Amino acid sequence: MAIIGKPINRVDALLKVTGAAKYAAEFNQPNMVYAFPVRSTIAKGSVSAIDSSAAEKSAGVIKILTPENAPQLKAIDPKVKTGGMLGEQLLPLQDNLVYYFGQYIALVVAETYEQARAAASLVKVNYSKEKHAIDLNTELPNGYKPQKVQGEDAQVNEGKTAPVIDATANKISYTYTTPTENHHPMEPHASIAVWEGSDKLTLYDSTQGVMGARGTLAYHFSLTPENVQIVSPYVGGGFGCKGSQWGHMLLAAMAAKLVQRPVKLAITRQMMQTNVGRRPATQQKMAMATDDKGMLTAIRHHTDSYGNKSDFFEPSGKQTAVLYNAPLREITYKIAKLNIGTPTYMRAPGETPGTFALESAIDEMAYKMKMDPVAFRVLNHTAEDPSKKHPFSSENLLDCYTIGSEKIGWQQRKAEPGQLRKGKQLIGYGVATATYPAGRSAASAKVQLRADGSVIVQSATQDIGTGTYTIIAQTASETLGIPVEKITVKIGDSSFPPAPVSGGSMTTASVNPAVMAAAEMVRKELLALATADTGSSLKGRRLEDIGYADGHFFVTADKTTVDSYADIMRRNNKNIVEACTTAMPASGSGLGAPTAPCMEAPIDKEENSDKEKYSFHSFGAQFAEVWVDEDFGTIRVKRFVSVQDVGRIMNEKTARSQIIGGVIYGIGAALMEETAYDHRWANPATRTLADYHVPVNLDVPDIGVHFIGKPDPHISPIGARGIGEIGTTGVSAAIANAVFNATGKRLRDLPFTPDKMLLKS
Amino acid sequence: MTDQKQAADFNEDEKKIIEDMITGDPEDMTIFGVSRRQFLKQLAVITGGFAAAQYIGPDELFAAPSVLAPGTIPINSIENGVNASFNVNGAPVALEVDSRMTLLDSLREKLQLTGTKKGCDHGQCGACTVIIDGNRVLSCLTLTACCQGKNVTTIEGLAKNNQLHPMQTAFIKHDGFQCGYCTPGQICSAVALMDEAKKGEASYLTENIREKPVSVQLSDDEIRERMSGNICRCGAYPNIIAAIKEVHSGKEAAQNWQFA
Amino acid sequence: MRPFKFSTTADSNEVSKILIANPHARLLGGGTNLLDLMKEDVERPTELVEVGNIDVMKIVSPASATGSVVIPAVEKNARTANDPAIRENFPMLSQAILSGASAQIRNMATNGGNLNQRTRCTYFYDVAMPCNKREPGSGCGAMKGLNRMHAIFGWSDKCVAVHPSDMCVALAALDAVVKVQGANGKQRSIPFTAYHRLPGDQPQKDNTLQPGELITAIEIPRNNFAENSYYLKVRDRASYAFALISVAAAMELKNNKIVRVSIAMGGVAHKPWRASVAEKYLLHKEATEANFKIAAANEMKLAKPLEHNLYKVELGRKALVRALMQAANGGKTI
Repeated sequence: MAIIGKPINRVDALLKVTGAAKYAAEFNQPNMVYAFPVRSTIAKGSVSAIDSSAAEKSAGVIKILTPENAPQLKAIDPKVKTGGMLGEQLLPLQDNLVYYFGQYIALVVAETYEQARAAASLVKVNYSKEKHAIDLNTELPNGYKPQKVQGEDAQVNEGKTAPVIDATANKISYTYTTPTENHHPMEPHASIAVWEGSDKLTLYDSTQGVMGARGTLAYHFSLTPENVQIVSPYVGGGFGCKGSQWGHMLLAAMAAKLVQRPVKLAITRQMMQTNVGRRPATQQKMAMATDDKGMLTAIRHHTDSYGNKSDFFEPSGKQTAVLYNAPLREITYKIAKLNIGTPTYMRAPGETPGTFALESAIDEMAYKMKMDPVAFRVLNHTAEDPSKKHPFSSENLLDCYTIGSEKIGWQQRKAEPGQLRKGKQLIGYGVATATYPAGRSAASAKVQLRADGSVIVQSATQDIGTGTYTIIAQTASETLGIPVEKITVKIGDSSFPPAPVSGGSMTTASVNPAVMAAAEMVRKELLALATADTGSSLKGRRLEDIGYADGHFFVTADKTTVDSYADIMRRNNKNIVEACTTAMPASGSGLGAPTAPCMEAPIDKEENSDKEKYSFHSFGAQFAEVWVDEDFGTIRVKRFVSVQDVGRIMNEKTARSQIIGGVIYGIGAALMEETAYDHRWANPATRTLADYHVPVNLDVPDIGVHFIGKPDPHISPIGARGIGEIGTTGVSAAIANAVFNATGKRLRDLPFTPDKMLLKS
Repeated sequence: MTDQKQAADFNEDEKKIIEDMITGDPEDMTIFGVSRRQFLKQLAVITGGFAAAQYIGPDELFAAPSVLAPGTIPINSIENGVNASFNVNGAPVALEVDSRMTLLDSLREKLQLTGTKKGCDHGQCGACTVIIDGNRVLSCLTLTACCQGKNVTTIEGLAKNNQLHPMQTAFIKHDGFQCGYCTPGQICSAVALMDEAKKGEASYLTENIREKPVSVQLSDDEIRERMSGNICRCGAYPNIIAAIKEVHSGKEAAQNWQFA
Repeated sequence: MRPFKFSTTADSNEVSKILIANPHARLLGGGTNLLDLMKEDVERPTELVEVGNIDVMKIVSPASATGSVVIPAVEKNARTANDPAIRENFPMLSQAILSGASAQIRNMATNGGNLNQRTRCTYFYDVAMPCNKREPGSGCGAMKGLNRMHAIFGWSDKCVAVHPSDMCVALAALDAVVKVQGANGKQRSIPFTAYHRLPGDQPQKDNTLQPGELITAIEIPRNNFAENSYYLKVRDRASYAFALISVAAAMELKNNKIVRVSIAMGGVAHKPWRASVAEKYLLHKEATEANFKIAAANEMKLAKPLEHNLYKVELGRKALVRALMQAANGGKTI
């Protein structure tokens, strides 16, 4: 019974359309109080004095936390693996130092939200201000050259492409810049902290990783991890900012400890701009050359970017190591430290700005060689990982170009820019390649079959809108031969068997093999019971002769010889048959090695299956049709086609939604998203959703999504790679390339707001 | 597999749950749209599947205080207290609140109606959209004090007469959401939009704005424009449009999944 | 949000008394801007008076003999935009209202409140920043800051903010009259272009209302613009965004000759900006693209762009031409 892949409705849909699904801030507790942070109005220096006297007198105020009275946290030790990942190497209210504008410097706790917010505005702060670093180009000379980027070499072939590129006229060399961007999931981060005595903590939190949150909270409060429970059944979007742990989670627990009451800390949209990560700005210097036939001879990709209170920087050279067959490629980074809230992973970290630079440059190179941009990509396609020289685990990129060209109607495109118009609207077409690594790590799941025929699946993974609830139910259903309606999926709780962070597009590839393995163990145990049971019609049958469906086993050659799961359990006096397994991506077979029991199973976030033999990547082709107003420079994406080679599709409906959502994230980056800083104060001038624009409904056209759908034989027994991020990659380049095709104007500085279109190039 | 069509695709168990969830018995009508007693009964009916495929149980869903008769609201140090009596999802409520308390915070913090979401708290995202006296409005910029005598409908109150509102069904079918956080606001907004279209209300995209208002059939771009006050960061817009089109036209809209 | 007393009354004289007695009292209409600013701690009223019940603010006057239309101050923007009489006779006003904000906000916002909404300048909104409008004497953050969204006309060295309304741009072009009532029921009428102020030395004052005065209604005199008018709005995204530039363009044509013309711009100044130079050029000329281009160029010659908004001069010129073209084309897309 093939249920994996079917476009079934989300199993959590009813709860979401009726408002019954509960998010972190909605777990109100008896006797709960509210916290509201006070934030720094300087970007560097220290707090010299806090006058909270007026705030303390304000109605309803219970406590004002400052470095003076805040509970002391166990200090950060870079050598210790906590199981968590702090978004920034900065614990709140442990000292008076300020590293960025908007940093938490005090916390008001009051009886009501209104009282806490009002009192926070009464806290007076004096600073000892120092000169902040805010301008990337000013600070780059003091920057550093990182040695590693996500485990790979961060300085590849430095200086080696110049002789090749300089020696030919068939070259291009341009700089592409991308701004700081913010994630802005619709649900702002929120925590409700509840202490039970002094050694047990429950945190209701909006997180992409309950296990990581448990690790961080346990470590810094010196608790045993088992005494920390993170509850996060529904997450109102993440996109990376909820993948690590930020100050508000610690603050909520600190406040609750101090006032000995449950504390709710729901941060504001304004704090989403300053306190929970961002994609840092990049400037990417691209150069490439070809021979006279248009075959790439060298690609150079240098990224300048910034970090702050962590080692994270935007890894925007990643795709340049994977795409195209150029024999020589140079990929380097230089990173400055700026006094801007700490950068972090944001949907398709690296590839989103990186493919903008690479895929724009490829387009420019194609134009330079007077070649069709699709044909140029096909000519330079590589069937193996050009850096590692491994075959890809599964790769069908050329099919993506072919299908995409047909669906968008590529033949309507004119090679010469500015040839198509309708009224005042100039029409153009653009293409870009999409790619994202296919990660997998260890994950555990428990599957429990009950006598009444129902199934409970537990795993400490998360559904951040991706459809994890649904595809876990489908995986268990197919493996057990039990309808989806009988399966209850429980996730988003750190007391379940451990699973990795919902990030890096690896949940599907990691968690579903564990669910499948556990379900298989349950099914096999049942079958073993049946074939050994004198009361069973299957007694003595060979296992390979027996099939299963709809809650029973049957003899494949004689489908009337059956034994139901319920009868087997009843005869054997079993109320529950259960199994808990950890699926590991093992080197060698590539098919994973489930182990049991699993409650204490380790999670290795960096592991991938069979990665010494194969290179694991997803690929796709993005095609855009844009209409540009010839007078105003306003750009509308009129049609978009996304063809994706992402392995097996677990659920056609939710998979399509993931790609659509990824494309729209890319449309935002292309056309409007920018966090702008006033250099005098290093404050974001775009403070809210009124001026940090994200796409609204009218910005988004029909988006055609097409899947290659071929299972990846090496990633897991299921063959599905993750799809959360690849949809965003290549989108801004496809739009930039389409705008050039429409207007002849080449935009190399995101986002493409009308002012940039109007200024003379 | 191309151009797959399917109906809302509720299986028998799900249909039963939905039927059970929604009652026609006025005694069971509360601001939740369904009473605690009834919800418990329904959850007891459900042994697995749809509604059970989630973390929360009834006790958490109806965490104390769950009975919200007038005068029983716990009050702690209310400043500038204001009394407001109004209807929520057909049931009367009487609150004494801090004058600063918005309708959004009253719904979420006092009435346990957490279906209405706080996305920005400044009128910039639409997640808090509710329907007051037939009009879609933002509960984050509405003071509770200003709700005196009004009728407020939230996402919890849309399902009636033994069925989900057609807009809710269409959102499920077309996957008009991912994380689900903007969804209650989107659905409330879309429901009100259907009335606006019937009344012939115009939008900025209306070409013949001078014509007498008559019930209008909205183009895709017209629906997009009129739904632009509800931001979805997951990017479910095309699916939201498909869902609204289906309800608006009364014709089943095809779903597209295309494999190469 | 600071604590405040909430009150509601039907008596406009009572309201005037409250406003005079307490300079920190504010009228609460739809709340779409005031509550937003209160949450930001920009506005700190100690008393809010709900306007919904105030008698003189909700009177719907019958059509006058002169053909003018009076819209009540407390009527919601959405209702005004969809009023059949407005749609038929002043379609540009409907378009302007409908181009603003979102459906939800237009259902909440009142007409009077729309006039009195405050600038969306980020330095005004962030209490950590200097702003002469919010805190006189503290300086202007935008003058040397990120001023891409700011004024190109009529700004002063104290303030470069723009008025955010779309509705007001249309009302300015329609020569509307703001009806106000002060203490003891004293009434007066303010021509729309005299209602809002340029910043000058007192950017904290957005308009010319006197203490104790409240808007009761807005009167729109009869005109013959309905056939040939259009409200054009250019913005950073397709909807739900403030204008980079907007243009309300209206003309009365006789055999393609312009016998009356009225143009106002939004997103360019501290108040809706009447493009009087362009109007003057166009009067009694043919409605041609060539003439529109000259008129637009003449108007935009007076612009004084800041560091980051030079593009508005070019955009303004093109927007003027497009809006005039579309108005001449019966309001239809060209």
